[in-house]
Amino acid sequence: MRTTRLATAIAAGAAAFVLSATPAVAQEAGALNGANTAWILTSTALVLFMTLPGLALFYGGLVHTRNVLSVLMHCFAIACLASVLWLVFLYSIAFGDGGGANALFGGFDKAFLAGVSVDALWGDIPETVFFMFQMTFAIITPALIVGAFVERIRFLAVLWFCALWLTFVYAPVAHWIWGGGALSDGGWLGGNGVRDFAGGIVVHVTAGVSALVAAMVIGQRQGFPGEITPPHSPVLTMMGAAMLWVGWFGFNAGSALTSDGNAGMAMTVTHISAATASLTWMALEWLRYGRASLVGIVTGMVAGLATVTPASGFVGPLGGLVCGLAGGGICFFATPWIKHRLGIDDSLDVFAVHGVGGMTGTLLTAVFAAPALGGLGHAAGATVGSQLLVQLGGIVVAAVWSALVTLVILKLIAVAVGLRVSPEVEIEGLDITTHGERGYSL
Amino acid sequence: MKLLIAVIKPSKLDEVREALTSLGIEGMTASEVKGYGRQKGHKEIYRGSEYTVHFVPKIKIEVAVSDELAERAVQSIQDASRTGQIGDGKIFVLPLEEAVRIRTGESGAEAL
Repeated sequence: MRTTRLATAIAAGAAAFVLSATPAVAQEAGALNGANTAWILTSTALVLFMTLPGLALFYGGLVHTRNVLSVLMHCFAIACLASVLWLVFLYSIAFGDGGGANALFGGFDKAFLAGVSVDALWGDIPETVFFMFQMTFAIITPALIVGAFVERIRFLAVLWFCALWLTFVYAPVAHWIWGGGALSDGGWLGGNGVRDFAGGIVVHVTAGVSALVAAMVIGQRQGFPGEITPPHSPVLTMMGAAMLWVGWFGFNAGSALTSDGNAGMAMTVTHISAATASLTWMALEWLRYGRASLVGIVTGMVAGLATVTPASGFVGPLGGLVCGLAGGGICFFATPWIKHRLGIDDSLDVFAVHGVGGMTGTLLTAVFAAPALGGLGHAAGATVGSQLLVQLGGIVVAAVWSALVTLVILKLIAVAVGLRVSPEVEIEGLDITTHGERGYSL
Repeated sequence: MKLLIAVIKPSKLDEVREALTSLGIEGMTASEVKGYGRQKGHKEIYRGSEYTVHFVPKIKIEVAVSDELAERAVQSIQDASRTGQIGDGKIFVLPLEEAVRIRTGESGAEAL
């Protein structure tokens, strides 16, 4: 706005912005909007808070006392590693312009934020703010996968997995859907691409499917399923879950990239879905097992939030209610099904809650975007049916890619550094053996 | 002198303490412990998965009493901590050879 060089950067940013799946439109191209900027700065803090300490505590409470620190450590180290890699090249892969290969990845032009000055804009907010906001999504997504392999994985394997998975799964899929790549408008799925408002596919399907594959490759914990100890601290789990709920306002309402009614409605449906799914899970548990548990109600909350994530900017209150009912209900039955029918020790139910929830919400987005159901409407030329197929296509592509790449990454890590601790170390616990500390001195 | 070791339900600690105090017993030691008897632990369900908890939380009370008081103390612990449900716990009575009050050096029943 002040120099020609900047104007070019702004034009490039605005062009990429229009290509992205977010429905928000820059009001005056090239002008910074202070209100939008303030809200995305706030949202960035909220989404980081989801991982540190929200998710860390949520997961930490669900494991054995001898492994609580290892889980907190996984989340913290992943947050740091993802942040640095996001600056080095992940942001560029996700949101850069890949030129001829742009359908697949965004190239390396913005590595180390090259060419992104303090005045550069992404739409009508500073690009540094957009960079930071998106970074917090890249932090929480690999941290979600930790739930699949807790209590038995080697720490070095966690770090390698995080780095490789972000590079070959998260950043490309984010580019395909949000960065103007293959699954966005005008890509492989036609003029109207996948609608994923805040990461039903980019975050939850990729993390959930990868978690399922990781749990299968690494194998069950010793004693699974009969001799596993119950969650050591539902107290920590509830505190973490509550932080996730609050942080999710930034995750979903922040994904509007604007401080307006779109953000307000996204926050509304997010909250309604979380509350509805919590009640749904609680009621089902009460009916089926005779008790309404704290771990149950907060798990329902996460399921409802994961389900509404892709839909949040496209649906109205009715969509929020149905996302909550469907997410809470389907994930409730998926959880024991994966663990006991399939015998897969996805220890903290990442696939059953995030993967299944994310897929459910991605499909419901196509239905409840319809104005007749209170939604904000489909793109020109799209119908419920056509969008449903596009959404399904997006899920399949992202799920297959996540599964295959995760499998390859884990096989490589198994050879290079080893995936699993020894049986003795597993019994003694990762806290004292790997990190030399104890969570509790009693 | 006798040493009584009672393993009771955590919810019964206050009633047992009051019952023993009313007998004139002036001190006791309580600890949070885990164990099982014929109750054989219990099941807990989280997210649809059943977990067997072998060791159930209990309170262990240790109290040293004079020979005259021992029988009444056992009776009042039993009365105060009994619910009639499985898992009420156990009382063990051990002979106690000596007791010393550290501050004064008194010994035997004087030290209790």
